[in-house]
Amino acid sequence: MKLSKLAMVTVAAAMVGGTPALADLVFPSLSYRTGPYAAGGIPFADGYADYFTLLNERDGGINGVEARVLECETGYNTQKGVECYESTKGEGSLLYQPLSTGITYQLIPKATADGIPVHSMGYGRTSAANGKIFSHVFNYPGTYWDAASIIVNHILDENGGDVKGKKIALVYHNSAYGKEPIRTLEELAKKHGYELTLIPVDHPGQEQKSQWLQIRRERPDYVLMWGWGVMNQVAIKEAANIRFPMENFIGVWWSASENDVLPAGEGANGYKAVTFHGVGSDFPVFDDIKKHVVDTGKAAGAGDQIGTVLYNRGLYAAMLAAEAARTAQALHNTKDLTPAQMRDGMEALKIDAARLEELGLPGFGPEINVSCENHGGPGLGAIQQWNASDGTWTLINDFGPADRAVIDPLIMEDSLAFAKENNIPERCN
Amino acid sequence: MSPDFLNFIETVLNGLMTGVMYSLVALGFVLIFKASGIFNFAQGVMALFAALTLVGLQTGQVPFAHLINAVLGTDVHHWGPGLPTVLAILVTMLVMIALAFLIEKVVLKHLVNQEPIILFMATIGLAYFLEGTGDLMWGADVKALDVGLPSGGSFWWEDVTRNWAPAGSDYFGMYIDTLDVSAAIIAVVLVVALTLFSQYTATGRALRAVADDHQAALSVGISLRSIWVIVWSIAGFVALVAGIMWGAKSGVQFSLSLIALKALPVLILGGFTSIPGAIVGGLIIGVGEKLAEAYVGPLVGGAVENWFAYMVALAFLLFRPQGLYGEKIIERI
Repeated sequence: MKLSKLAMVTVAAAMVGGTPALADLVFPSLSYRTGPYAAGGIPFADGYADYFTLLNERDGGINGVEARVLECETGYNTQKGVECYESTKGEGSLLYQPLSTGITYQLIPKATADGIPVHSMGYGRTSAANGKIFSHVFNYPGTYWDAASIIVNHILDENGGDVKGKKIALVYHNSAYGKEPIRTLEELAKKHGYELTLIPVDHPGQEQKSQWLQIRRERPDYVLMWGWGVMNQVAIKEAANIRFPMENFIGVWWSASENDVLPAGEGANGYKAVTFHGVGSDFPVFDDIKKHVVDTGKAAGAGDQIGTVLYNRGLYAAMLAAEAARTAQALHNTKDLTPAQMRDGMEALKIDAARLEELGLPGFGPEINVSCENHGGPGLGAIQQWNASDGTWTLINDFGPADRAVIDPLIMEDSLAFAKENNIPERCN
Repeated sequence: MSPDFLNFIETVLNGLMTGVMYSLVALGFVLIFKASGIFNFAQGVMALFAALTLVGLQTGQVPFAHLINAVLGTDVHHWGPGLPTVLAILVTMLVMIALAFLIEKVVLKHLVNQEPIILFMATIGLAYFLEGTGDLMWGADVKALDVGLPSGGSFWWEDVTRNWAPAGSDYFGMYIDTLDVSAAIIAVVLVVALTLFSQYTATGRALRAVADDHQAALSVGISLRSIWVIVWSIAGFVALVAGIMWGAKSGVQFSLSLIALKALPVLILGGFTSIPGAIVGGLIIGVGEKLAEAYVGPLVGGAVENWFAYMVALAFLLFRPQGLYGEKIIERI
């Protein structure tokens, strides 16, 4: 009797309260805090988790609904990554950031079939930027092909727009990831008349003597790098050893963290890399993170990674996910979200300079405008440069565009071939 | 001399230097295999663990700081400015000796007379354990390692060799990394020391006796367990040297354990039981892969050196399964 009375009171209270209990918004984090790439995985995972903790602690979640980060350790291993996806997708997961090109390739068909969006931010399959073909895959704000073109634009800027006859070498991880920019660089070589030399490095890249002897003999004007993990550190050290001018050595955004330059010490001074987000910790959001997350003991890590390149990238990824969730909530007039609604939110995502300022991230990234057709975003990037004496990165130019006249046809060609191979009809019509 | 020929010599020289670096890793495998018949899967991780410990001591890091802070709610990271390099190396060596004791006490003692595959599996477990412990103790960030060894291209050698090419040719001297030269000198000293130790000391002779025949060694009163501790301590020392050399090149990070992959073709080539074999095998693999990358690589798109090393090893397996200096094992059924 007493129990049924209690139940009735509870139901009545819930009805008087008016609003039903809301479920969490679940954001899985396929992190890699262990294994050979842990040094890169930890700051990203910390940044991703800390931003959602900030939203929960400071704002009570996203429009009042708490965000829940579901972390699963992949060790940067594709098989484990897929296992993580399978084991977490039933928890109401709204969006996956696979954090590896290998895992992304595996999740593209799986997540599409399950109707869960994948955000491979600045990695994965470049032609997934074509939303007409890849309904559930997003790679905004930029792709590898954008990165290659933005680097070439920077070289053009340095040479008064003329790089005819210049020698550019690409040192790349001999994998699908490392080979991504080759086609773009070849097309740009035809357009601008530079000579491209391809220099592959086998995984893991701990030994690169042959490659750097070749560079020393051929004396390219610029060396570009598509590396990851230990390959980056060894390449930068070897470049310093052969006294290659560091300001002419430019990496992709995955060859651009403090981890990559610190082992070379002063030798790394002047090294450059392309980036799609801001550097350093001079943004108001970091003050909030310190106050609401670190100082209250709720940080994912020790709080010592704030402002590092990969922490910032993880935070940026979380911000983009949270803003897409907000957009989806407004679009569907609901606070609880399904993965399908989240996908709609991602396709309608718009972040302008004013919104970035509101978020405590003024000028942290380019304006973003995603659409059904364009899942690759603006494709803008800037160049960051390492100052070894004070151990800081600085943006040396503004976020600039890639050569769309070259990139867009390549994306179209590759995505249409994928559609034909897999019988995927075009959407967004 | 023509620039092409000078480039060839440069490739060979750099191959030899790289080979020495491979030999440093292979030596640790050989020492343990020779004395106990165990293929130590954890050798690469031991190099990582030793290098992590060395940098941690040099920089004054508090071991297990993250764990301590998480459990006790403290905020400790460093205990001071750190130890001077020489002292840090000595303390790291003590840690490696303590590790050898622990390995013998906790793992090997319980596996006496077990099949080699069981011992091999135990070393796989040991590798995971050490990797996790290293992470907990010192963190997973990439650490710069500086023990005061010179590094970078040698200006002197460049200047000397620049004049070897005909006047007016576009040749700017031969490249050699001074860190590789240091590694070569250290490897020579290490091999000489190991040889003298095994030839002229009682412990060394006991090691050789155990390597020849466990049972016979036991029957004349040699303690197998003491010998294992000594061997694992020496292998720990070799791992420390390899960790320093490779860590100075790439920074100390968890990929360092993958250097073991570079030692495998060296071991197949040189033989699992021969110290000179590890050196000669390393030199052959180093020179072979550098020549292959320089002269075969451009014909097939590059990045051939990794598989070339294994191809050479495979060819040796076909014609000389015991390797160049390994013992030929004949078993009668």
